[in-house]
Amino acid sequence: MNEFIRGIKKGFPICLGYIPVSFTFGLIAVKMGFNPLEATIISLTNMASAGQFAGIRLIEGGAPYIELVITTFVINLRYMLMSLSLSQKVAPEMPFYKRAIMAFCITDEVFALASMEKDDVNFPFFGGLMATPIFGWTLGTCLGAVASSLLSPMLQGCFGIALYCMFIAIIIPPARKGRKVAIAVIVSALLSCLFKYVPGINVLSKSGGGGWAIIISAILGAAICASIKEVKRFRRRNVQEGGAHV
Amino acid sequence: MFRKEVPMCSMQNVAICMVIMALTTYLIRVIPIGFVRKKMENEWIQDFLFYIPFCVLSAMTFPDVLYSTTPTGATTPHFASAAIATMVAIVMAWKNRGLVRVALVAVLVAIIVELLLPVVF
Repeated sequence: MNEFIRGIKKGFPICLGYIPVSFTFGLIAVKMGFNPLEATIISLTNMASAGQFAGIRLIEGGAPYIELVITTFVINLRYMLMSLSLSQKVAPEMPFYKRAIMAFCITDEVFALASMEKDDVNFPFFGGLMATPIFGWTLGTCLGAVASSLLSPMLQGCFGIALYCMFIAIIIPPARKGRKVAIAVIVSALLSCLFKYVPGINVLSKSGGGGWAIIISAILGAAICASIKEVKRFRRRNVQEGGAHV
Repeated sequence: MFRKEVPMCSMQNVAICMVIMALTTYLIRVIPIGFVRKKMENEWIQDFLFYIPFCVLSAMTFPDVLYSTTPTGATTPHFASAAIATMVAIVMAWKNRGLVRVALVAVLVAIIVELLLPVVF
């Protein structure tokens, strides 16, 4: 029970942060022709910011089902990586139904907080962690959908930055503390800019809502940093062995 | 209204589209955590997985954040409000301010810049 409450406390800031972001989603969805109930259900059942935005754009455009599946898959592929990472942070003996419940709310922010836990993530803690963000994400969508007609286009635009600034608030503090995280963040950002602006490879950021560009930038960034660490480990081991011989 | 004018999901049903989105998203999430039970020994993979969330968020944020305050239908991107709000967000994040405060202040800054720009120029 204590762990559940600790999870609630940790998750509550995410809930508050989700409200302005999902508010934006509600606004856009209604503007596209969805009704507030549909917008709210999409948020409740997806819990995915970028994936949802791309999805409603495709539905509005009348895209075939298969395109909807592939785009949703590609943009949300990062959740697969996060889920894989989380599978290493839960007890191996945790039953499937608990894992299945946890899987529902592996979002960028919830995952970031869970993965910064020192020890293994237990079920009550994750349950508490995901409870209020789900509520906030759904509530915000509902509010945004209802308020859609009241905001000017300028205000609607300005709310669009909320999501990104939450991401910034998540990555900057750890990047400030650890130099390798800082390198990871900078490398991925640079790669992402390359995919956007360099002619020839910028097709990646234009198709599928930019899902491919994000995935490739992130995988390369993480791979480079993991390799730097590997090289350092290798050198250290060599130095230690070398020292032992002398 | 809207739906009668535009062929929204012309060949298909919006409800089916919603089920497809939800199902695809959930399967992506449940398969790894549901079925990977082994602890991975490989240190490179562990490091890789440690860096992934930071890298994903960073790649999603930059450079797209610069286009985030542009209203739908605008002909040119509103870089100024986005860039200034982003810088404020980075400084606040550097000072360990919470997620909510950073996001809300950035939205406010963007609104202020959007309001001031036509006055200044």
